Amino acid sequence: MSGAVNWLALAIFVGFFALVTVLGFVAARWRAGDLHQLHEWGLGGRRFGTIITWFLVGGDFYTAYTVIAVPALVFAVGAYGFFALPYTIIVYPLVFLAMPRLWAVCQRHGYITGADFVHGRYGSRWLALAVALTGMLATMPYIALQLVGIQVVIGALGIGGGGGWTGDLPLIIAFTVLAIYTYASGLRAPAMIAFVKDVMIYIVVIAAVAIIPLQLGGYGAVFEAADRAFQAKGGATGILLQPGQYLPFATLALGSAFAAFLYPHTMTGVLSSSSGDVIRRNAILLPAYTILLGLIAILGYMAIAAGVSVKSPTDVVPALFIAIFPDWFVGFSFAAIAIGALVPAAIMSIGAANLFTRNVWRVFVNPAISPAAEAHTAKLVSLCVKSGALIFILFLPTQYAIDLQLLGGLWILQTFPAVMLGLFTARVRADALLVGWAVGMIGGTWMSISTGLKPVFPLTIDGTSYPIYIGVIAGAANLLVSVVLSAMLNLAGKAAALDETVAADYVLPRAPR
Amino acid sequence: MDRTEKNPRARWIWIALVVPYIGLLWLPFYNEGRPTLAGFPFFYWYQFAWVPLTSLLLYLVYRRVR
Repeated sequence: MSGAVNWLALAIFVGFFALVTVLGFVAARWRAGDLHQLHEWGLGGRRFGTIITWFLVGGDFYTAYTVIAVPALVFAVGAYGFFALPYTIIVYPLVFLAMPRLWAVCQRHGYITGADFVHGRYGSRWLALAVALTGMLATMPYIALQLVGIQVVIGALGIGGGGGWTGDLPLIIAFTVLAIYTYASGLRAPAMIAFVKDVMIYIVVIAAVAIIPLQLGGYGAVFEAADRAFQAKGGATGILLQPGQYLPFATLALGSAFAAFLYPHTMTGVLSSSSGDVIRRNAILLPAYTILLGLIAILGYMAIAAGVSVKSPTDVVPALFIAIFPDWFVGFSFAAIAIGALVPAAIMSIGAANLFTRNVWRVFVNPAISPAAEAHTAKLVSLCVKSGALIFILFLPTQYAIDLQLLGGLWILQTFPAVMLGLFTARVRADALLVGWAVGMIGGTWMSISTGLKPVFPLTIDGTSYPIYIGVIAGAANLLVSVVLSAMLNLAGKAAALDETVAADYVLPRAPR
Repeated sequence: MDRTEKNPRARWIWIALVVPYIGLLWLPFYNEGRPTLAGFPFFYWYQFAWVPLTSLLLYLVYRRVR
C-alpha cells in the first residue's frame, strides 16, 4: 500500500479538505443563534428541518469507520458481516416509536442530553450520572475509530503512516482543524459539512457499484468469486450463513439496533431537529442510507473478485479504489471517506461535551453556572475529548480502540431501560434502574473479558450452548432486574422521587385534518 | 393522553412496526442462495428488499398517527 505518493489524488484530496474547513467556519453564521448558549452551540438551536436532519443523522450514524470496517468484515468472513443490514433496517421502527416522544419531552423541559431527561423523569442525579458516564465512555473509542478511518486513507495516498511522529502529521493537522471549527461553530459545522460529505459518498458508492462489477463480469461473477474464495478458505466463512451463525447474526443485529440511538451523537442529531414530526419523517427516509451501506458492504466481495490482496482487511476499500478508479477519482473518494470521519467525530465530541457539562459539571461541581459559562465549558470539553482520542490513536495500538468500541456498544445498551422505559411508563424506579444498569455493565464486561473480547458469549441453558451477542444478554438481565425491582419497590409503597414530567409532555400535537 | 391513543383502530397500526423484526431476525426465512435476482443471491436481495418495505410500513403508520 505505501510507497509512491499519488500526487493527483493527493491534490484533489487536499482541495476538498480545504473546502470543508472553510464551510466549518462559515457554519457559525448559518441560521445564526447566540453561540454562548449550550442549546445553540450543542444542538444548533433545535432548528434543523427534515432535510438537514436527514443529512446530519445520515452522516452521523453511517460513519467513515463503517465504510472501512463493514467491507473489511465482509471481505474476511462473508455473509456474517451483513448483520449491519438488518441492524440498520430494524433500528427505524424503534426510532419512529420512541424518538419523537424523547424529542417532545426534551423540548418542553429544555433537556439537551438523554441523561438530562433521565434526571428530570426519575429525579435521580445518580442515575443521570450513570447514563452520562456510560455515554461518554462509549463515545470516546468511537471517535478514535473515526481517526483510524482517516489514517487508513491518508496511508493509502502514500503519505503518513511512516515511522516517527512526522508520519502522523497529516492526521494531526486534519484533527486540529476539526477541533477548532467545532469549538467555534458547534453542531452547525458538522450539519453543514454533512451535506458535502453525504453527496460525495453517494457519488463514490454509485460509481463503485456501477463501474466495478462491469470490470469484474457482473454481480453474479462477483458473488461466485467470493463463494469460491470462502470455500477454499474454510472455517466460519461463506456467502451464506452457517446454521450456527443464525443466533449471533440475529442478536448482533437486534442489540446494535437497540443501542444505536442511545449513543450521545445519534441522540444529539435527533434532539437538534425542529419538531417530533421531523423525526418521524426521517425514520421513513433515513433507510435510503441503509441501501448505501448494503452496497458498501458488497465492496468486500468486489475486492475478493478483483483479487485485491492486503495486509489488514481495513485496507480493503482503499486498495480496491486504487485498483479500479482513475487517480483523480481515488482522490475524490478518499476525501469523501476522510470528510465522512469528520462529521461523526465532531458530533460525538459535542454529544460527550454536552453530557459532561450538563450532567457532571453543572450537577456535581458548579450548580450556579451561568448559561454562557455552561456553553464555554462544553466547548473546552469538546476539545479535550478530541485531543484524548487523538492521543489514544497516536500512542496505543489500534486494536485497543476496536476492542473498546465493541465494549462501548454493550455498555451504551445498558442505558436502554432507563431511557426507553422512562419514555413509556412512570412506574419504573431510579434505584431499580441503577441496580439493573450495574448488573448489565459488570456482567457484560465480565462476559466480554472471559471470551477474549469477542462479541458473542456461549450461553449454556439445559446443556445446550446458545451463542448470543453479549450486549443482548446483559441488556436482558438489566431489563429484568429493573422491572422486577421496580415492581417490588412499588408494592412496598415506597414513594418515588419527584418526576418533573407529565404524560402530556411526551405526546406530539396532531396534524390538523 | 390524547384521544387517538385510546382509539383502538389507531393502536392496531403500531403492530406494523414489529413486522421488519420478524422478517429479518428469523434467519431460516432467507439464508438461501436461490432464487437469484440480477446476480444477487436470495440472502442479499431479500435484505435489500426490506429497506423500502420498512419505509413503506413506517409511512402507513405515519399517515394514521400524525
